[in-house]
Amino acid sequence: MFISINQLNKQFLDKDKNPSIVLKDINLQIEKGEFVSILGPSGCGKSTLLSIVAGLTEATNGEILVDGKAINKPGKDRGMVFQEAALFPWINVLENVIFPLKKEMSKKEATKQARNYLKMVQLTNYLDHYPHELSGGMQQRVAIARALAMDPEILLMDEPFGALDEQTRTRLHGQLEDIWIQTKKTVLFVTHSISESIKLSDRIIVMGTRPGTVLTDIKVDLPRPRDEHKEEMLKIEEHIMSYLKKEIDKVVSEELNHEANL
Amino acid sequence: MKPIYKRLIFFALLLGIWELGGQIGLWAEIILPPPTKVFTSLYVGITDMTLIYDLIASFRRLIIGLVIALLIGTSIGVLIAKSKTADDTIGSMLLAFQSVPSIVWLPLAIMWFGLNEQAVIFVVILGGTFVMAINVRTGIKNVHPLYIKAAQTMGSSGIDLFIRVIFPASIPHLVTGSRLAWAFAWRALIAGELLTTGPGLGYTLSYASDFGDMSLVIGVMIIIGVIGSIVDQLIFQRVEKSVARRWGL
Repeated sequence: MFISINQLNKQFLDKDKNPSIVLKDINLQIEKGEFVSILGPSGCGKSTLLSIVAGLTEATNGEILVDGKAINKPGKDRGMVFQEAALFPWINVLENVIFPLKKEMSKKEATKQARNYLKMVQLTNYLDHYPHELSGGMQQRVAIARALAMDPEILLMDEPFGALDEQTRTRLHGQLEDIWIQTKKTVLFVTHSISESIKLSDRIIVMGTRPGTVLTDIKVDLPRPRDEHKEEMLKIEEHIMSYLKKEIDKVVSEELNHEANL
Repeated sequence: MKPIYKRLIFFALLLGIWELGGQIGLWAEIILPPPTKVFTSLYVGITDMTLIYDLIASFRRLIIGLVIALLIGTSIGVLIAKSKTADDTIGSMLLAFQSVPSIVWLPLAIMWFGLNEQAVIFVVILGGTFVMAINVRTGIKNVHPLYIKAAQTMGSSGIDLFIRVIFPASIPHLVTGSRLAWAFAWRALIAGELLTTGPGLGYTLSYASDFGDMSLVIGVMIIIGVIGSIVDQLIFQRVEKSVARRWGL
């Protein structure tokens, strides 16, 4: 297995020093080149899971192996795209994409490589623009180019299109799919949108909340582009919804109980 | 009406009342000389170059003092932002120093350096250093964690992370710190000069006061005010605005 997550647990201490379990016994095997979505309601720990894979957060116990090697800190083999573009506002688009390349190649090479990836996200006309001059969708495309520029094996995406409007999101879905087909990266894509996950992924990991666990692992075996298979997509959506419905009911009833106890 | 017209009319009225009040004898000339007299002494001071020399001398001290203050302030700021121990010790002392007007250091400075240039520069340095240090610390502490996380996923850490991400990300606070340091240093400079020897704007002010030359006193006050607001509005506020825009604040 390319990425292997074994018996992963994560707990935080809350304000009153009580441990609160965020992730419980997560086991996940991902193959090279797979596009895997992690889907779940907010609070299910899906972002925490991604952050642990990125090496930004430490697991309480359990291990993550990438290509057989254990992960304990961030590395260039795993590019990350956040919900906010997180571009550096003091440098322009091209320099942002060059950022991860600076130490390992000459300026000329880095520029060439950065331009290539900016071309892939169709932003060659904006090389010398500063982040504040770009729309949210464009910023996110720069962030994708920046993550790809260091040629990572794995692309981690934490609700990358969550803050964008519907039209922009749809367009970026298409671009991301093309990029994935072109670059053959392994993608781990966190989202709370069922339709987004069905549209993009080979596999959908559905997570439940409190504590965060894997509810089910669904293989999406539809030819791409998937917009031509609306009916099958709808069937999968209903299938996932049946899992998530219970989770959402659980959250709602917990909130109601909490309120009743106040 | 555009603000500029409102402003012009306001100042014209003010000058008119000021001039007229003196002319019809509402107050004695020594109490408040009329604007025409003030402008005459300003004109004389500028044409015979005395005020120009004062200005150059004052600016020399200011620039030396401010540059040193910004360098020391930034260093202290970085240190207390990065080291918890330094923050608990030096950091708490800074706040105490910052609440003392730097001019109160002048008696000590005169003992240490003598009644000269260095004593004034010392006071100017103290005026700017603490506020700069405090702002640099705030800037570094408030760097958006997302920038740091993003940089880490791109293989940046340690010194590299500091130089390429944390420091540039805190530039808006650095600019604010510099602006405040300039304002404090400018006030400290004039106060220091008032109490030491010339040439310098503050010295000329106290000299004119000793000779009862109130029109020159007001003239120097005007120069101090005009320069203060020009530097603040034309330089610092502009830089601050463009930085804030680019940094998306």
